[in-house]
Amino acid sequence: MVQAAESATTKRRAKGSNREPVLSKEQWQQAYRDMLLIRRFEEKAGQLYGMGLIGGFCHLYIGQEAVVVGMQMCLEKGDQVVTSYRDHGHMLATGMEARGVMAELTGRAGGYSRGKGGSMHMFSREKGFYGGHGIVGAQVSIGAGLGFANWYRGNKGVAVAYFGEGASNQGQCFESFNLAALLKLPVIFVIENNKYGMGTSVERASASKDLSKNASPWGIPGEQVDGMSVSAVKEAGERAAQYCREGRGPYLLEMKTYRYRGHSMSDPAKYRTREEVQKMREQHDCIETARTTLLELAVTEAELKKIDDEVKVIVQDAADFAQASPEPDEAELWTDVLLEAK
Amino acid sequence: MATAILMPALSPTMTEGKLARWLKKEGDAVKSGDVLAEIETDKATMEVEAVDEGILTRIIVPEGTEGVAVNSPIAELNGGAGEAAPAPAARPEPAPAPAAAAPQAPAAVAAAPEKDWGETKPTTVREALRDAMAAEMRRDADVFLMGEEVAQYQGAYKISQGLLDEFGAKRVIDTPITEHGFTGMAVGAAMTGLKPIVEFMTFNFSMQAIDHIINSAAKTLYMSGGQLGCPIVFRGPNGAASRVAAQHSQCYASWYAHVPGLKVVAPWSAADAKGLLRAAIRDPNPVIFLENEILYGQTFDCPVDEDFILPISQAKVERVGKDVTLVAYSIAVSWAMSAAEELAKQGIEAEVINLRSIRPLDVETIVASVKKTHRLVTVEEGWPYANIGTEVAMQVTEAAWDWLDAPPVRVCGKDIPMPYAANLEKLALPTVPEIVEAAKRVTYK
Repeated sequence: MVQAAESATTKRRAKGSNREPVLSKEQWQQAYRDMLLIRRFEEKAGQLYGMGLIGGFCHLYIGQEAVVVGMQMCLEKGDQVVTSYRDHGHMLATGMEARGVMAELTGRAGGYSRGKGGSMHMFSREKGFYGGHGIVGAQVSIGAGLGFANWYRGNKGVAVAYFGEGASNQGQCFESFNLAALLKLPVIFVIENNKYGMGTSVERASASKDLSKNASPWGIPGEQVDGMSVSAVKEAGERAAQYCREGRGPYLLEMKTYRYRGHSMSDPAKYRTREEVQKMREQHDCIETARTTLLELAVTEAELKKIDDEVKVIVQDAADFAQASPEPDEAELWTDVLLEAK
Repeated sequence: MATAILMPALSPTMTEGKLARWLKKEGDAVKSGDVLAEIETDKATMEVEAVDEGILTRIIVPEGTEGVAVNSPIAELNGGAGEAAPAPAARPEPAPAPAAAAPQAPAAVAAAPEKDWGETKPTTVREALRDAMAAEMRRDADVFLMGEEVAQYQGAYKISQGLLDEFGAKRVIDTPITEHGFTGMAVGAAMTGLKPIVEFMTFNFSMQAIDHIINSAAKTLYMSGGQLGCPIVFRGPNGAASRVAAQHSQCYASWYAHVPGLKVVAPWSAADAKGLLRAAIRDPNPVIFLENEILYGQTFDCPVDEDFILPISQAKVERVGKDVTLVAYSIAVSWAMSAAEELAKQGIEAEVINLRSIRPLDVETIVASVKKTHRLVTVEEGWPYANIGTEVAMQVTEAAWDWLDAPPVRVCGKDIPMPYAANLEKLALPTVPEIVEAAKRVTYK
């Protein structure tokens, strides 16, 4: 089995070293910067939430940054991304501006959805980002539809549909696997397995022990990937993207990852121990790994500090903008319900 | 002893069919299970198998006969083996007249002025729907059709007949029976600017996909601050067909009409079907297009103009009257028209409004009529609680309270799941006498 062999190789590499030459020095720098931006952005969002400036649901991506940053390195202009409500990282990774994302979190006119969507509902057709979906699993069928659009138009685009291991038990995932395999749609299904669907561990929610095999009945290749390693993600992502671009159909990647924070801001995370979280942070953190790697690649502390400072400025600017931007005009209440028929 | 072989009903709504071909001839011995003939319904070609054994003594309806009514004798079988077969009839009798089908729409009486599209031709609702899709698919390469059995089978109700041949498998796509998944997929495709037509085999199955219709299709434009529209049509038969019981006989007009971000359309005539479906496909918003299975085979005059299209938002006054306003949509327009005929005989002139569009609702046309008649009766097959009549009555109450001379009355489906038994099913649906009775009540006659 080619797939099984590939999967084993990926695992071996992931266990061994993060410093295989999957990424060049410049790519490591870029990955470090992009992951750090997401982390600092999310920390700031958590802070603003605590101050009452962000309301409702707010699901932070801290810990999982390597997944979306690694995958994004495999994509090209015109490819599409769709994900769940834990979506701020994906927006930043696709190149959406921190200002617009943060201002949407604060519900202001300067937000991507002009304050009408909030944390879970932002979109940018220009950046190929199709949301931002609040209903668990819905983005999987929609992602199949993005792939369908590439297939229909006959372009070389690839769609990436991200979903959690909790969503992976949804019936529509399996319906989408079947549809995508039938039509050979260029879709990469990415399961971000962060071990907990809210408070329910994957062992308690899924009888499937290896989620990368969840689409195997439809002949969709699947791999388990160390989702805490940006290089492992990139390597597997390239394989998946190439497979899709060759017109061979969908691909599934199970990213073994971890979220450090609770499910949402209101989750005390009593279902796991402090030690478990601490161990992941200390031994598997994607940003620390990137930092160590860069130092070994002779990047200086001063150069890293420069990146840190640049990120800090972007995030602070986003936070300032998000607070200074006015609330949406009251007339906005009635706009964007329907488009004018031509 | 001769046994009559009767024209079989091969679907719940079939009232007549074409006897396409005899596979046995007079004098042939027939065993139980032998294929006797092929019959074409409006949906499919079916084989008729013999139930009894014997000699086929007489073919009553020759092959090629169209409009053979269900339950009329098509042949005779000599039951006793070895019994002398009676001499064949000298010549086949003419085919029996088609059975009285579901109520045909009476011709509109002095309908209110609408844009004149010129020449018309008799067209079934089924043909009108297909023609609308074909015309829009020719016009715009981004339009495609997907659903269960739409391609190779030519449509479960033959609405998509011929489309696969003309447009190919990429634009006419058979899906597995997984509404949740394929609806989500279509919505995703629409978000990129493609214009899917999703056929639900019936709207009952749309409930499996209702999350995508409401949460993914209807709300995204608003949630995205106007960035991401969803130009998509969800269409298929809605409401009761005939004897298919509770899970397959339900009207979804109220369900979808409740949702901002959706348009909801319910055609009655062939012209409605064609003109409104073309408009729905061109509409940049998600449109719920509620058809009716019983109407599919009914014939109406439909404009032949290649550009014929109707706006989604305008009701049509199908019959002008001064004494009472009957507001209906979909098949209920047929019932309202029949009731208006009956009322005319009793000296009451009813005005019949065909809503065509449920959301947006043409309140202006309704209110103008009520200001003239001072009386309102709504007619629909949906359940009474929070139905479309409720909304119409409330709109009229708010806009024309002082013009009303009687409380509005709703004639609608009974507040029960649809029963299977023929007599109970009839009782569960609105009837023409109920409409007549309601009109007399509000006119105090």
